[in-house]
Amino acid sequence: MAQMTFLEAIRETLRQELARDERIIVYGEDVGVRGGVFRVTEGLQAEFGEERVIDSPLAEAAIIGTAIGASVNGLRPIPEIQFADFIFPAMNQIIQEAARMRYRSNNDFEVPIVIRAPFGGGVRGGIYHSQSIEAFFAHVPGMKVVIPSTPYDAKGLLAQSIEDPDPVLFLEHKGLYRSIRGEVPEERYLLPLGKADLKREGKDVTLITYGLMTQLALKAADSLAEEGIQVDVLDLRTIRPFDKEAIFASVKKTGKVLIIHEDNRTGGFGGEISAVIAEEMLFDLDAPIMRLTGPDVPAMGFSPPLEHAFMISAEKIVEEARKLAKF
Amino acid sequence: MAHTVVMPQLGESVTEGTIGQWLKKVGDSIEEYESLLEVLTDKVNAEVPSPVSGTMSRILVDEGAVVAVGTPICEIAVEGEGAESDAEPPSEAKAADAASEPKTDEHDTSAAPAEPSPAAKEGRGRYSPAVRRLASEHGIDPAGLTGTGSGGRVTRNDVMKAAEGGGRKAASASSASAASSEARMPAVAGAPANVEEGDDIVQLSPIRKVIAERMVRSKMTVPHAWLMVEIDVTGLVALRNRLKDDFKAREGASLTYLPFMLKAVSTALRKIPVVNAQWNGDSIVMKKRINLGIAMATERGLMVPVVKDADRLSIVGLAAATQDLAKRARSGRLTMDDLSGGTFTVDNTGAVGTVLTYPVINAPEAAIVTMESVVKRPQVVGDMIAVRSMMNCCISFDHRVIDGAEAAQFLGELKQSLQAYTADSTL
Repeated sequence: MAQMTFLEAIRETLRQELARDERIIVYGEDVGVRGGVFRVTEGLQAEFGEERVIDSPLAEAAIIGTAIGASVNGLRPIPEIQFADFIFPAMNQIIQEAARMRYRSNNDFEVPIVIRAPFGGGVRGGIYHSQSIEAFFAHVPGMKVVIPSTPYDAKGLLAQSIEDPDPVLFLEHKGLYRSIRGEVPEERYLLPLGKADLKREGKDVTLITYGLMTQLALKAADSLAEEGIQVDVLDLRTIRPFDKEAIFASVKKTGKVLIIHEDNRTGGFGGEISAVIAEEMLFDLDAPIMRLTGPDVPAMGFSPPLEHAFMISAEKIVEEARKLAKF
Repeated sequence: MAHTVVMPQLGESVTEGTIGQWLKKVGDSIEEYESLLEVLTDKVNAEVPSPVSGTMSRILVDEGAVVAVGTPICEIAVEGEGAESDAEPPSEAKAADAASEPKTDEHDTSAAPAEPSPAAKEGRGRYSPAVRRLASEHGIDPAGLTGTGSGGRVTRNDVMKAAEGGGRKAASASSASAASSEARMPAVAGAPANVEEGDDIVQLSPIRKVIAERMVRSKMTVPHAWLMVEIDVTGLVALRNRLKDDFKAREGASLTYLPFMLKAVSTALRKIPVVNAQWNGDSIVMKKRINLGIAMATERGLMVPVVKDADRLSIVGLAAATQDLAKRARSGRLTMDDLSGGTFTVDNTGAVGTVLTYPVINAPEAAIVTMESVVKRPQVVGDMIAVRSMMNCCISFDHRVIDGAEAAQFLGELKQSLQAYTADSTL
C-alpha cells in the first residue's frame, strides 16, 4: 500500500474517479492550469483535458449554479470552492436549489454534485482563509457534510460522496493536507456516509470530533494514557448524517463526553451532538456534556498569538479531558 | 512542628493495607521522598515516601497491622519548626497555628485537602443520572459511599466499585466460614528446611510472602482439575509471519501470539460463561466483565496484571494493552488497578519453553489456561503425515464451579478460534 499525504489521497481519488466515469468534471478557481492553490488538482487538466478540468471565473454562485444545472442534465460535477470562506456567495444556490431539488421536484430531478472546499485555520490564513463553515450546512436537510481526518478515510469518503445521488459538501481541513500521511490502498473503495469511526478505545471519557481535531484528539489521548486516563476517540467523519449509534455506544461505556470542534461555539455542531445525547442517554451520563470549541469571536486573527488562542490544540484537549475524568 | 503521615491510597480500589516493615526508626532523620515503610496489599507491596524532610518522632502503627487508608501512621518532626519540643508536639503545633493564623477553621480546611470541600458538602445528595440509575439497580445508597470525584463527588465508578465490592464482601464472609471449617482440621505444619553450613538463607521479600500465601491458599482450598488440548496453529503462525513486520512498523509493538490467545479466550468465555465465574461458598458468582489476568515473570516475582474488558478489544487493542502492561510490569510501575479485578488468567508458559504445565488457579477465579510453546510436529492430516505448528493449551479449573465437560467445551472453543486463522485472515 502506498503512503500518501492527505492531499495526495484526495488528488489520487479525483484522478481515479475522472478515469472511471466520463461524466465527472472538476472545476473551480485555478484548478486547471495552476492545479489549485493547494495543488490538489495538479496534473489533472494535463491528463483529462480542458473540458473535464476547467478553470472557472471568480464567481462562486456561478460555479455552484452551473454545477447544479450540469448535474440535473446528467453530469457528475465536482466543483471546488477555493477556500470555504468564499462559499457564502453560493449559499443560495446550495441551500435553495441543490439541497431541495429532489424534494421540490418530487424525485424527478437529483443533484449529484460534490462541492470540495478547504476549510479551517491554524495555517496563518487570517480572517478570510481560516473559517469553519460546516454548521451552516449541517443545518440543511437535503445536504450531506463530510469531513475526513485521515488519507484513508479521505479516499473512501470522497469516492462514496461522488457515488451519492445528492449534494455533498466535502470539507478538507487545510491543516491536514501535508501534515498527515497514511496508507491508502490503490484500488477504489467506499466508506459509508453517516458511519463514525472509533479511532481509539478507552473507558474513562469519550472524545467526539471530526477532521483535524481527530488527529489532535489522538495526540491528546496518548498523553492522557500516560496519566492513566483512557479515552475513546470517536471520529464522526460525516456530520450530516451523523452516527448516533456509535455516539450512544461510547457514551454508555464512559458516561463522560467532550465534544471538540474548531468552529465557533454558539450554534456549532457540538450543540446538536450534545442535545441528542441529553435526549437519549440521560441515565448514562456521569458528568455534564462538555464542549471544547473555537471561541465566539468574529474570526480567527492573522496574528500568531491570536490564532493560537483561537485554535484547538492537543494540550487544550488534554486539559479538558482530564477535568472530565476527574469530575 | 510534627507532620502526621497518613496511610496513602495505593490504588483506586484499595481501602486498606498491611504495614510491612518500618524502614525508619524513631529518631532517624529523613529526607523528603525517602522511603518510610513498606505497605503490603493484596497483590503488591509499595514503599511509602516521606512527604517532608525531618526526624521520625513517633510511629503510630506496628508492623503487621492492617490499616485503613487515611489513618495516621507516623509523625515526623520537621526541622527548624520546634523539633526540640518532643514532649508536646501537638499543643506546640496548635499554638503556632493560632499565632500565625487566627482563622484556624480555614487553615484546617486547606491543610487537609482530602476532606471534601464545602462546595462538595453542598453537593451531598445530588448525584449524576448515571449514579442514580446504577445505585438503584444495585440497591446501593450513594450517600453511604466515599466519592472519588472532584470535591468528593460520588462517581459512576464509585457505584460500580461498590456493587462489585458487595459481591466481594459476601465472598470474604463465606471464605471466613471456610477458614473456620479448616480450623477444625488438624493443622499440618510444612516440613522445615534442612539448613546446613554454607547454605545461604534469603529473607522473604514482601512480594514473595504474598505469592507464597496465595499459592498455599489456592492449592489448599480449591480442588484443582486439569485438562489439555493440542491446537494446530499453522495458520496463525503464517498469519503472524505475514503481519509482524508491518505491525511493528505501524504500531511500534511486536505482534506476538498472546493477543490472539486473549481474543480466543474472551470469545470462549462468552460462550461458556461458567468458566468466567467465582466460587462464593454457598453460591457461584457469574462475572459479567471479562478481565483477563496475564501471568508475567518479573525481577520482583510473579505479577498478574489485568487487561480489563478484554472482550471489547481488537487484536491490535489487545496487543497494545499487553505490551503496555508488560513494559510497566518490568519497570515496576504497575498500579493497584492494573493488578486487580481479574476474572480469568492466561499464563504464557510457552515463553519459557514448556509444552505442558499444571498451573495453579489464581483464586477466587475459577480457572487458568496456559499457552505452551509452538512446536513443529508431524501430524496426520487426512491420510498423510504433515509437519504442522502445534501448541498445547492446558487448563486448571476449580471443580466446585466447573465440570470437566464444560472445561473441555471451553478448550474446544479456544481450539476452534485459534485454528480458524489462516495466512490471509485480517486483524
